Amino acid sequence: MTILSLKNIEKNFGAIQALTGVSFDINEAETVGLMGDNGAGKSTLLKIIAGNFKPSSGEIVFENNEVDFEKPIDARKSGIEVVYQDLALCNHLTAASNVFLGREIQKGVWPFKYLDYPAMFKKSAELFEELKSETRPKDLVMQMSGGQRQAVAIARTRLTDPKLVLMDEPTAAISVRQVAEVLDLIKRLKDQGIAVLLISHRMPDIFEVCEKLVVLRRGEKVCEKKIKDSSTEEATGLITGAIDRI
Amino acid sequence: MSSNKFNQEIISKTEKTFFQKLVSEQSFWVSIALLGICFVMFFVEDAFSSKDNLFNITRNFSFIGIMAIGMTFVIITAGIDLSVGSIMGVTGVICGLFLDAQYLPEWYSKAAYFEGVYVWVAIFLALLAGVIVGAVNGYLIAYLKLSPFVVTLGMMAIARSLALVVSNNKMFYEFGPKDEMFYEIGGGSILGVANATWLLILLTIVMGLVLKFTSYGRHVYAVGSNKKAAELSGINTRWIEMSVYMISGLFAAISAVMIVGWMGSVTNALGYTYELRVIAATVIGGANLMGGVGGTFGAFIGAALMETIRNSLLMAGIDPYWQGTFLGLFIVGAVWLEKVKNKKN
Repeated sequence: MTILSLKNIEKNFGAIQALTGVSFDINEAETVGLMGDNGAGKSTLLKIIAGNFKPSSGEIVFENNEVDFEKPIDARKSGIEVVYQDLALCNHLTAASNVFLGREIQKGVWPFKYLDYPAMFKKSAELFEELKSETRPKDLVMQMSGGQRQAVAIARTRLTDPKLVLMDEPTAAISVRQVAEVLDLIKRLKDQGIAVLLISHRMPDIFEVCEKLVVLRRGEKVCEKKIKDSSTEEATGLITGAIDRI
Repeated sequence: MSSNKFNQEIISKTEKTFFQKLVSEQSFWVSIALLGICFVMFFVEDAFSSKDNLFNITRNFSFIGIMAIGMTFVIITAGIDLSVGSIMGVTGVICGLFLDAQYLPEWYSKAAYFEGVYVWVAIFLALLAGVIVGAVNGYLIAYLKLSPFVVTLGMMAIARSLALVVSNNKMFYEFGPKDEMFYEIGGGSILGVANATWLLILLTIVMGLVLKFTSYGRHVYAVGSNKKAAELSGINTRWIEMSVYMISGLFAAISAVMIVGWMGSVTNALGYTYELRVIAATVIGGANLMGGVGGTFGAFIGAALMETIRNSLLMAGIDPYWQGTFLGLFIVGAVWLEKVKNKKN
């Protein structure tokens, strides 16, 4: 079943045409790898799906409804979670506070509502354990390694029951050992029926976890095919332009 | 079961122990410094530890401390409010105008003097004015994206001039038939501690709890730490930013009401250059001008340290003309300390 369907998405910033007629579908529990050179339009496309930008034209259908997100929060309410490239964390807050930022667990009755720290620590510890991360809920994000920050950013998406998780370069800034952990997490999202759109520069990541490959070049889709029918050589050719399109 | 145990262990672990955390807090070191000064002065100068002097010190820093709590919220969001001294001036004058009703239409004094309602009307209007001026600051900063420094610098001039307009350069000192009640609020004391000090203690605790235990408080830190991240999390960052200036305006007005009650009179010069002392207290207490760091206890202890030093210098016979120099040195020193600390991290 198709969960997200992009139809002829166009985006221009003034005279710059960032995306031209991009269309593809993401199925339920499907992991799609989005590749392309710098400036190919990957991040722009992700931000359109996440509600950061509006497309200049085209249609986004999510769960059989045409959607028109004004803000990222609208996309999140519909069940689309995002892990941003720069992770969008608050350095001065603890891991748990970051996980729950904007949707804190509260107790009491208004105006005497207060934060339920024990519940938030417990839930975030569970999430980190699920990610097999050594992140501790009470530590400040400021003191954390790249991998731990990644775990915090990913744990945030697991608070709700998202249908689709968008990931922008989740393995860019972390150690090799933790890359494997993040990839495991992506597989686990799939096991739980969550679709993932993964942007990555790292070819091995895409080929390890994804089922479908979409390649963008200069704002146009030049390839959409099953990973098992493709190869890293072909993908490289498509990205660089050595192979025109398939 | 084992997983549960695992969780408990992980939760209880932190990067730093309680003691390490304490030591990394600037307000902890300021408290130590304060105790040190008190300790030395206790032996050097008998008059320092007299009941009257301690009463004076605590009352004096309470007015600054209350304003510094409001300023703490602003500085946590990486903003600055240069207009608090002028807000204090204009709200104090408004309070005085409605207490000393001789410049107002006659029907007001007839209606309001009944049962001393006018005292509460005057206080309410002063606080309301503080919130409104703060809201104007906040709206310009949060919604029109103007720089906090410029907006509040402008408001500093505007509010001071409004204080002149409202007061028509007169001094208000006749506070009507129930003046004793008003003097008692600002100038009275309970159990040997000034009312202003009790209020400061109360506000330090209440606003400290707000920062730590409400989602509003967390969002204030989030906005100062990473505004973009806060926005992406669905936090209404504009409202948070606007509201902190309203809090700052309100607290300047609260302080104004208290200080007018204590002094028993008010002129348009009330609160002149107080913004410097308030910002100094906040920064010395550990709030970081870059945003994301700060607390109400820091504001309290920062104000206490400054007043104690000022008092000690006076007692030590140092020319009061030097006070501004010390104030300036403390501001610069506190920011420098912060820098050194960040480098270590």
